[in-house]
Amino acid sequence: MPKITVTVNGTQRTHDVEGRLLLVHYLRDVLGLTGTHVGCDTSSCGACTIHLDGHAVKSCSMLAAQADGATITTIEGLASGDELHPLQVGFKEEHGLQCGFCTPGMIMCAADLLNRNPNPTEQEIREGLEGNICRCTGYHNIVRAVQHAAGQLTEEV
Amino acid sequence: MIPQAVDYKRAGSVSEAISLLAENPDAKILAGGHSLIPAMKLRLNSPSLLIDIARIPELRYIEVRDGGVAIGAASTHHDIISNADIQSRYGAMIEAGELIGDTQVRNVGTLGGSIAHADPSADWPAALIALNASIKVEGPNGAREIPATEFFLGFFYTALEEGEIVTEVVLPAPAAGSRSVYRKFMQPASRFAIVGCAASVTIDGGTITDATVAFTGVSADGAFLDEAVGAALVGKAASLETIEAAANAAAEGAELNEDHYASKTYRKHLAKVYAKRALAGACGL
Amino acid sequence: MSNKFIGKSVKRIEDKRFITGKGRYTDDINLPGMTHAYILRSPYAHARIKSIDTSAAAAMEGVVTIMTGDEVGHYGVPCGWQVNFKNGDIMKEPPHPLLVKDKVRHVGDAVVMVVAESREIAQDAAEAIIIDYEVLPAITDASKAVEAGAPLVHDDVPNNVCFDWEIGNPKAEVDEAMASAAHITTLEFVNQRVSPNAMEPRSYIGHYDGVYDKYTLYTSTQNPHLIRLLMCAFVLGLPEHKVRVVGPDVGGGFGSKIYHYTEEALVTLAAKKTGRPVKWTETRSEAFLTDAHGRDHVTKAEMGFDGDGKIVGLRIKTFANLGAYLSTFSTAVPTYLHGTLLQGLYTTPKIHLDMTCVFTNTTAVDAYRGAGRPEATYLLERLLDLSALEMGVDPTELRLKNFIPAFDGVTQPGYQTNVALQYDSGNYHGVLHRGLEMLGYEDFRKAQKEAAASGKLLGVGFSTYIEACGIAPSAVVGSLGARAGLYEVGQVRVQPTGKVSVFTGAHSHGQGHETTFAQVVADRLGIPMEDVDIIHGDSDTVAFGMGTYGSRSLAVGGSAIMKSLDKIIEKGAKIAAHKLECSPDDIEFTDGKFTVKGTDKSLGFGDIALTAYVPHVYPANLEPGLDFSSFYDPTNFTYPFGCHIAVVEVDKETGATKVKRFIAVDDVGNVINPMIVDGQIHGGLAQGIGQALLEGVEFDGNGQIINGSYMDYAMPRADDLPMFELDRQVTPCPHNPLGVKGAGEAGCIGSTPAVVNAVIDALWSAGHQVKDIRMPLTSERVWSAMQS
Ligand SMILES: Cc1cc2nc3c(=O)[nH]c(=O)nc-3n(C[C@H](O)[C@H](O)[C@H](O)COP(=O)(O)OP(=O)(O)OC[C@H]3O[C@@H](n4cnc5c(N)ncnc54)[C@H](O)[C@@H]3O)c2cc1C
Ligand code: FES
Ligand code: FES
Repeated sequence: MPKITVTVNGTQRTHDVEGRLLLVHYLRDVLGLTGTHVGCDTSSCGACTIHLDGHAVKSCSMLAAQADGATITTIEGLASGDELHPLQVGFKEEHGLQCGFCTPGMIMCAADLLNRNPNPTEQEIREGLEGNICRCTGYHNIVRAVQHAAGQLTEEV
Repeated sequence: MIPQAVDYKRAGSVSEAISLLAENPDAKILAGGHSLIPAMKLRLNSPSLLIDIARIPELRYIEVRDGGVAIGAASTHHDIISNADIQSRYGAMIEAGELIGDTQVRNVGTLGGSIAHADPSADWPAALIALNASIKVEGPNGAREIPATEFFLGFFYTALEEGEIVTEVVLPAPAAGSRSVYRKFMQPASRFAIVGCAASVTIDGGTITDATVAFTGVSADGAFLDEAVGAALVGKAASLETIEAAANAAAEGAELNEDHYASKTYRKHLAKVYAKRALAGACGL
Repeated sequence: MSNKFIGKSVKRIEDKRFITGKGRYTDDINLPGMTHAYILRSPYAHARIKSIDTSAAAAMEGVVTIMTGDEVGHYGVPCGWQVNFKNGDIMKEPPHPLLVKDKVRHVGDAVVMVVAESREIAQDAAEAIIIDYEVLPAITDASKAVEAGAPLVHDDVPNNVCFDWEIGNPKAEVDEAMASAAHITTLEFVNQRVSPNAMEPRSYIGHYDGVYDKYTLYTSTQNPHLIRLLMCAFVLGLPEHKVRVVGPDVGGGFGSKIYHYTEEALVTLAAKKTGRPVKWTETRSEAFLTDAHGRDHVTKAEMGFDGDGKIVGLRIKTFANLGAYLSTFSTAVPTYLHGTLLQGLYTTPKIHLDMTCVFTNTTAVDAYRGAGRPEATYLLERLLDLSALEMGVDPTELRLKNFIPAFDGVTQPGYQTNVALQYDSGNYHGVLHRGLEMLGYEDFRKAQKEAAASGKLLGVGFSTYIEACGIAPSAVVGSLGARAGLYEVGQVRVQPTGKVSVFTGAHSHGQGHETTFAQVVADRLGIPMEDVDIIHGDSDTVAFGMGTYGSRSLAVGGSAIMKSLDKIIEKGAKIAAHKLECSPDDIEFTDGKFTVKGTDKSLGFGDIALTAYVPHVYPANLEPGLDFSSFYDPTNFTYPFGCHIAVVEVDKETGATKVKRFIAVDDVGNVINPMIVDGQIHGGLAQGIGQALLEGVEFDGNGQIINGSYMDYAMPRADDLPMFELDRQVTPCPHNPLGVKGAGEAGCIGSTPAVVNAVIDALWSAGHQVKDIRMPLTSERVWSAMQS
């Protein structure tokens, strides 16, 4: 069994894991971080998106062993203490979520997008989120949530 | 969906990876894992050992060499599309890379993994063929370099031999007056290419002096160079009429792929349309 | 009633936990000692099971128990709605066993359940089970399944017909009307099967506590109480008071999580058997095979017009595919939720629907967002736009000419249709006019011509829909075969400090009840929203409920809460009158204060609450406490309606279609929270557009789903859709206290035909006079249509 050491949301964790253990199951079942979801079995929906060494990845498509030595941020670690991340605020303010199941993955993916492109166009936002499926919102308010977080909606009501 | 039990080892160097592979005939190389792990989850593939090469430093680099660019096999799709040296030289690489999967996939999947996997709808192979790239591989019997045109041999099938791994892709310096593009018609669910067309065209004073056109997705045998289309353009004026005439012969004789999104007839039609669009782009029209 | 909150886009209370990753969905719950189940399913659509060998699996380390049809096959899940044949015979209702022991009837039919220490072991063990099948020919198309010689899904159901059914005017009258028509538009089409795809896969945990002899089922359901009732009374014969069903956070439903699924009963049985909690969570691949699908109609529809373009008759023959087994509501969907909507917004004098509901070797079909009503709207609205093209008239003029005139349902009576319903209130011209204004119709037609000249194909499609929701008056649905009432329960418990706990039988899985209901309660009681807590989803805390579907939560569930609030205020007034020494009739309640009319003498809501629980100075003959529960049974359905307009661009060379604009003017009655209503519309639009352009479950000749994964089944992604352009008209519902109609399904009902109509319009504008393109309108299908 591989031994892995990862830093998850600022805390270093060490575990022996089965070689086949998927990173998403490590986070959910071993660490109890159930904010990262599983919505499909073909790497298609993005519900499992987390940050690995600062970039969005689908944790259902990686082994926990591959993450050995990495720094991981999950939705639970995105806010700084009580202060929500701008995207978390944006999603709430713009009603960017309904059932909430896709939301953690959507926010983590959008965070990577804004890190790379702080002022995206609507088209860039839509393309940037193409790896994440939301069945509830029709994406309209998700786009607005990202625009909100990017500070693009300030003049509006 | 859970893979079958498997061992995992992280190789520290190319030579370690090669010897681990030689010692474990059931083992598989693991790079980004974004083709292999989905297959293992569906239990379509169940190796006994995974040899992780993703963090071998000597496999992850992008450097300018002789006016061209050399790319380490473990470079991610994202490494490639965000590289200024590639951006300034190879439009087709940037456009193909940007259309691979999604952000998350591009952050993890690697060039070496994609070409070793040789999905018949993968994007990189068409771009590499059109750009006349070559692929360096290394195995127990040493290293060799294979032109992209001779590397992709069929449906998930390449010139890689037992025990060999891809180490590097070399893109030759682009000719003066050349320009390359990639155009993709996506399957709406997977977003893999139904038709992907890479075209590289060199123009001298309004006349086409060289043109290469490569397709992916079109054939069940994977990416291929469409020599006839390119040849028909050399010596002609770079105009929409000449392009259209040449594109009309696209995918002639190819073993056409088909699925519930695109019949053979439709695929072939799309190949023509996309050859035209790619060539128009490469000619700046 | 104050209106500090009602009508405002109050941000959602529930969001906090979801945006921080603290939502609690069923699969997030882990109980001590929990085991994991894996269900081995049939790889064949139709086959006899000759033998099952579980011995190797049973011997594997970590396997806790293995269950087969021999053990539990005598238990089966029921259908909740009985529909009779035209001749009065009762529908065919073959059993749907928890695990099959004789004959499997669709790919994914459940055969063996393995319970093990881990998910991994359970799956490894299942792979060691050997089942010998004799494969039989399969049938998947409803219209072919009724033909002589077709394979029989259930050996004792002749021609695979579950029942036949009709509604409307006598057939002969409709035939006569059609014979007199100056123009008849005929459309033969398939309303294809779609997979709901709520993003959270179904997940269940069974738990049995031997000390208290009590079962708990955690389930991703839209209606916990209904599941408890069905599982206890109709499946397992468990005492209802010893069973607790909890629907925690649920990641979307769209209908697919209404039904009582076999796996809910299986984990419950397994928990009792093993004495340990048992969790089962489906994979997405399993969801494609087992979550009830939607739609799947094969239809021939004809609409007749007189020389002035007035509709004179509508005649329809449809085969509806029910799949291999009856799901909870499946028989109601193509009948009472579909046939009754065929009046649409039009004055059509003669209507007849002939419906045949059929078993096939496919996944069960049941309600999917809109349930029967999208199919009715699709049929009507496609006919309207196509008729306009065929007759060379404007599609909007044709609609305006045939609309039912406006009526408010208060001073003017409701509108009695020819298909059993009485519409509550409507102003149909209004929504179309507003839609055209937003579109800029004349400018669009100019742009369309200009675009054509430069080789671009633009098209516009219209859809003016009506739906019946706020489901449903119990007596009405009872007379139509429903085996349950469809009222709702709302309990309001005022705590001694004046804080309020509200228990609702509605279930929120994205709809935002925790916010909307709190807005209503806070305004009615004149208290801050923070003082209100909405509790739902647990059969041990909520008295009863029928759950959430059919856009019913606010119209029915909200009305039940309103009734309880009225009782609270009435009792509060008595307490206040006693303390203020006046008659209760002299008390008025506004902004959280009980005031003696015409004076400044008043008592706050908090004072009254405290007095109710500390009744020292208190009216004689009045019980202490301030806690009321009410059942609200609606007197009618509610009838939202609207106008949807799609503008598409078709790539001439490839057939690829892009939705450029989508305009939706919906009238859902009064609106409590515009932000949430808009969100519901957005989501519905995406699903409706998805059906038009991307989605569709496809079977091969052996009954295998050929696109049962997200690599093959396309759903809208962010870059497939435009920003939506929404507006609203408000025609209050005259028969419920909030005047609300319901907004959950509207988007999905109106949008699909608008998109298809737009593509057809684009093609006609380029001289391709095609009547229909089979949905989803893949690029190849559109391209092929342009080749003819
Ligand atoms: C959701 C999703 C969408 C995708 N969309 C696209 C798309 O649109 N277009 C596209 O082209 N691709 C797409 N892909 C595939 C993606 O690009 C993969 O990353 C790529 O095909 C494989 O690279 P990898 O590094 O992940 O390889 P792995 O999965 O690690 O390996 C793939 C195979 O190659 C072998 N291998 C890996 N590296 C080497 C090496 N250096 N030498 C020899 N053998 C090696 C492995 O043993 C394995 O057999 C998609 C993948 C996903 C999950
Ligand atoms: S669960 Fe990872 S992409 Fe769907
Ligand atoms: S909010 Fe439900 S899936 Fe996105």
